[in-house]
Amino acid sequence: MALTAEDWEILLLSLKVAAWSVVLSLPFAVAVAYLLARRDFPGKTLFDAVVHLPLVLPPVVVGFFLLLALGRNGPVGSLLHDWFGVVIAFRWTGAALAAGIMGFPLMVRAIRLSFESVDRKLEAAASTLGAGRLAVFATITLPLALPGVITGALLSFARGLGEFGATITFVSNIPGETRTLPLAIYTYTQTPAGDAAAIRLSLIAVLLSLAALFVSEWLVRRATRRMLGQDAESRH
Amino acid sequence: MLNLDIEHRLGGFRLKTAFASAGGVTVLFGRSGSGKTSIVNAIAGLLRPDLGRIAIGGEVVFDSARAIDVPTPRRRVGYVFQEGRLFPHLDVRQNLRYARLFLPAGSDDRFDHIVELLGLRDLLRRRPGNLSGGEKQRVAIGRALLSNPRILLLDEPLASLDAHRRAEVLRYLELLRDELRIPIVYVSHAVEEVVRLADTVVLMAAGAALAVGSVEQVMGRPDLRAAAGTFEGGAVIEARVAAQDMEYDLATVTFAGGTLTVTDLDALVGEPVRVRIRARDVSVALTRPDRISVQNVLPATITQIGAPRGGVIDVTLDVGGATLLRARITRRAAEQLRLAPGLAVFALIKAVSLDRHGAAS
Repeated sequence: MALTAEDWEILLLSLKVAAWSVVLSLPFAVAVAYLLARRDFPGKTLFDAVVHLPLVLPPVVVGFFLLLALGRNGPVGSLLHDWFGVVIAFRWTGAALAAGIMGFPLMVRAIRLSFESVDRKLEAAASTLGAGRLAVFATITLPLALPGVITGALLSFARGLGEFGATITFVSNIPGETRTLPLAIYTYTQTPAGDAAAIRLSLIAVLLSLAALFVSEWLVRRATRRMLGQDAESRH
Repeated sequence: MLNLDIEHRLGGFRLKTAFASAGGVTVLFGRSGSGKTSIVNAIAGLLRPDLGRIAIGGEVVFDSARAIDVPTPRRRVGYVFQEGRLFPHLDVRQNLRYARLFLPAGSDDRFDHIVELLGLRDLLRRRPGNLSGGEKQRVAIGRALLSNPRILLLDEPLASLDAHRRAEVLRYLELLRDELRIPIVYVSHAVEEVVRLADTVVLMAAGAALAVGSVEQVMGRPDLRAAAGTFEGGAVIEARVAAQDMEYDLATVTFAGGTLTVTDLDALVGEPVRVRIRARDVSVALTRPDRISVQNVLPATITQIGAPRGGVIDVTLDVGGATLLRARITRRAAEQLRLAPGLAVFALIKAVSLDRHGAAS
């Protein structure tokens, strides 16, 4: 089963879109997860609900909202275009944004859980040693929450690879620009004699997802072992 | 060095404590729940008292009246927690080096000195998860010291250790006390630690300091026995080794009230020691007995007859006008001998135990 040039293009585009979606959303997810795990503020419940919205809304609705806001004539989209000459609707960058938003709640949940499991007594100990808030976060909290951050990033990456509804609504299905793996599979299923290609791409999707899971498991194990503070020689 | 006067309410618990320490080792002693840990947390800035004032080495770090509350990282306290709290993702060297990240460039680097002092050289590459309890506490102590603190706070650092490890860490703590001139506040509910380490004892009960003073002053007071709890009544005496008799394994120590013969004392001539004489090891005689196996017979004057407790009674004896001993005798003996304050007697001391080596500063 050889991959055609077109298959490669689809695969690489999908990886690019998913990877950028993770890279761009990770800092925000860490910040939001920290706020939810550690701070109390008015409207926290509402904020929490909004963050989780993409998880429960139909993806098409999310995509439609994005189109309304960020399309060429949308309030944000027109600003971006007029001031910076940036257009993201119907571009691969838009696909990355859609994937990032759809994966955001998954990412936040995983990271938040790991922030909540960090022993605050260790943070207090760090502060007695001279570490201010930011330093405590960077040297204690974040490293100890690393397994959750990795899990969150890979969950969101896998979710991004499979993103369909929001993507097709927001950036359409443009070959070479926004036609990611799921969109390509869908297109082939709608094409006469496209079954072979659809099966080929579906197999790739399965392999990619499996690989993402394995990598995630491996990284989490490594990070957890570090977090438990065990010596290298005691690893069996 | 440390001045503290704070009030804090935590649910139904009310903490209202004031004491000052001029340096050396101040032991906060009392049962669990008496507020000891809250006090060290307040000193470190981990707990903000409702009211009061705390000054470390002349700097006011907390004053509710003047709205001063220096944040923990800038208080420069070294805090050794009960459970060590080593950072699990860092190895021992990185743990010890942690505070260095936040010290001004060019600060004193005592890394090698502290590592040698606490015997940490072989542990540097290990991770906290693979250390024994005693090793963890030694690393925690080193980590706190390497933040160049103005004061060292230790919250029951031996509580989670078995007897063997406890002795090991206690030896290091004695070393620190004598080697580094840093004031130490030490939380404990173990008499052994108080007697071995303390220069000043703050006896805590129900959130208040019942008594502040030297070990002799506080631990010897019969009226505080209820709060001091497990302390077995007796006297604690600062003494100095005067002679060693190798043939009989006997040492002679001198103290303000005279001399004592002590067996198997592992100390050099001239070295200061702190010895404890338990009340139950002291008998009272009206005449100097001869032909008796007891080696220590000291003339004394009765200063106080305690309240009887069951069949026994504690008698306080003044030895040489400077030292108070206590004798626990039967109530019947006290009546038969017609013991009364002012009576001249002889104190027969059956056993003397050594509590601590080294300078009592």
